[in-house]
Amino acid sequence: MKVQSPHFHDHIPGALADQNLQYALGKLATGFPVKRKEAAAKLPEFDALRDHARDIKNHVLENLDSYLDHYEAQVVAAGGAVHWCATAEDACAEILKICRSVNAKTVTKSKTMIGEEIAINDYLADHGVEPVETDLGEYIIQLRNEPPSHIIAPAIHLTKGQVADTFRHHHQDLDPARALEEPRVMLDEARARLRGRFVAADVGITGANMLVAESGTNILVTNEGNAELTYGLPRVHIVIASIEKIVPTFEDATTILRVLARSATGQEITVYTSFCTGPKRPTDVDGPDEYHVILLDNGRSKMLGSEFQDMLRCIRCGACINHCPVYGALGGHAYGWVYPGPMGSVLTPALVGIDDSKHLPNASTLCGRCESVCPMRIPLPRMLRAWREKAVEAAGPGTTQARGLRLWAWFAARPATYRLVFGLGTFALSLLGGLKGRFRRLPLLGGWTKTRDLPAPQAQSFQMQWRQQAAMQGRKTHPNQDSAP
Amino acid sequence: MSDTPAHPKTPTVGLFVTCLVDLMRPSVGFASVRLLERAGCEVYVPEAQTCCGQPAFNSGDSKTAKPIARQMIEAFEPFDYVVVPSGSCGGMIAKHYPEMFAHDPVWKDRAEAIAAKTHELISFLVDIMAMPAPDGRYDGTVTYHDSCSGLRELGIKDQPRALLAGVSGLTINEGSECETCCGFGGLFCLKYPDVSGKIVDKKVDNILATGADTLLAGDMGCLMNMAGRLSRRGAPVAVRHVAEVLAGEMDAPPIGQASDPRQNPAPKSEVGS
Repeated sequence: MKVQSPHFHDHIPGALADQNLQYALGKLATGFPVKRKEAAAKLPEFDALRDHARDIKNHVLENLDSYLDHYEAQVVAAGGAVHWCATAEDACAEILKICRSVNAKTVTKSKTMIGEEIAINDYLADHGVEPVETDLGEYIIQLRNEPPSHIIAPAIHLTKGQVADTFRHHHQDLDPARALEEPRVMLDEARARLRGRFVAADVGITGANMLVAESGTNILVTNEGNAELTYGLPRVHIVIASIEKIVPTFEDATTILRVLARSATGQEITVYTSFCTGPKRPTDVDGPDEYHVILLDNGRSKMLGSEFQDMLRCIRCGACINHCPVYGALGGHAYGWVYPGPMGSVLTPALVGIDDSKHLPNASTLCGRCESVCPMRIPLPRMLRAWREKAVEAAGPGTTQARGLRLWAWFAARPATYRLVFGLGTFALSLLGGLKGRFRRLPLLGGWTKTRDLPAPQAQSFQMQWRQQAAMQGRKTHPNQDSAP
Repeated sequence: MSDTPAHPKTPTVGLFVTCLVDLMRPSVGFASVRLLERAGCEVYVPEAQTCCGQPAFNSGDSKTAKPIARQMIEAFEPFDYVVVPSGSCGGMIAKHYPEMFAHDPVWKDRAEAIAAKTHELISFLVDIMAMPAPDGRYDGTVTYHDSCSGLRELGIKDQPRALLAGVSGLTINEGSECETCCGFGGLFCLKYPDVSGKIVDKKVDNILATGADTLLAGDMGCLMNMAGRLSRRGAPVAVRHVAEVLAGEMDAPPIGQASDPRQNPAPKSEVGS
């Protein structure tokens, strides 16, 4: 998908005015975070597991080259193939090549964010291969021709009513009076539509929650069972995954699984957890004839060794997004690319460049809730600041912000002048606003007074009052002083 | 509480009042001095203090923040402790100064030393000075907002509640979202006024749902933001820094309200955005 992040500001008014979106976001705020908290509380070792999970991925990132080599060797030993892809274009071309090799007409897909990142659906469609999304949320937004707005709940921005309307519009052969308000009816309808597509698909594309180096296995977690039909029925299974998905062993994978679902949806474990190793073996009843792994870099290897390396620990649980007040106000589409919320505001600049995404790291209150819930203990606020540093560096000294901060810093570095100028200024304001105790509007502070009053300063500054009182009371002004001056 | 003082000698405290308390709400500064002295500290207010440098640091301009931070370090080095009536400014010194000077051979050690002795006011009173709960009085139902930096950078959660428990006449009604950001975020609220406005609006809904008549917190930025939105919505909730209530420093009208009560939001006014 095209990067729309430079237009972040333009997306704000629409998001705030969208009643359906705001209703949906209200439900999100009281959903996942509450369930996560309950799930964490029920597991005494939850925080210890987070430490362990962090350490596992740190170890992987320090040794990524050798684990990737080992992983590839295991995939090949199991009868599969690994396709190393430096860019999104490489990955798309490689996937198309595989599809063409089996003369594929349709491709079923289970949810994959890497698929969104490389925009594989558009690419396949442009080249005559029809992609069919099989995750319910993805199915809905594919009908609506929208990108996902959340990494684990792609249609979270929609209300039930909107989905019902979408189904009525696209499934016109069905009774228009059917009770689509019932989630069960909606689900059954999607299943009925998809069942034939699963059977007819030539290729199944899945993502991977983890890649296990010791066995060449990809792990998939879902709640709908659609991934199993996606990789199990067609002749070819293509896994698309980025290089940092590696974990050394099954033991390590299970540690991460224990924090993943709890952090994401508050489940102890997802309904389905699948482990796929190579194509169908002679003794297997079913499974694909071919097993391909598209191993994508797309900018990640450049993050290794940089101040953004910790971001590569991310397991895409969405906890940071679920707890972010800015995401909670705007939803995911405002961010303008694949990854929204705090993790997106750190990852997007690394993958598409800070020039096209400089608003994202700034659109955060740095409240730190993301880091506090991250199962991998990724220091998101620190990295948001680091991107701000880079954006400031790139923008140079001429911006309004840079000038403003320099002027303020000039005063702040001269305490006597600062006390005098700002002290007098606020005293004047206190006189002006004293009657009501607040201002409804004030020149230069329109950003503040647009949505809230500005409390008026009380009186003279503390410093001024304190100096006067201290002098009168004969207070010491320094600990080493014997008596007052 | 024990009769033995927590410290063999009277500790000296350099009080960093913060720029917002200094300019907007001096009563919080005086309340801080009163509480610190009551806890047995010798309090100084170094003249060379202005701001901790946070606006520049959080804007990605640490080059501009550094000289201000160095000035702060120099001004506060002589004291046993640096105490700040703000979690975010306290966090700036305690957590981010060492980060900012991590690769500076000259200032690294000094930044770490000042960080190690810097505390937010309320947590200092409870955790370091073991101050007993004050026996003041406040007739009202309060709700407490846990400001983000204090909560998540410095672990301030139980300390204000422990001290408030000693204030007679005071009831705490906890809000279900008391740990959610109020949308202030420093310069964020000016850069993204509508997003900030949306976040503080949800905050205000949550505050009103508690039925409290008073909102307390430990950070002036958050307090001004929430007070400003409450008064814009005509909501009759008094907003104060927690130190004012604990110190009994209640002469000043609540934040954003007039000393003349006729100018304040009417208690029965319609509440809505």
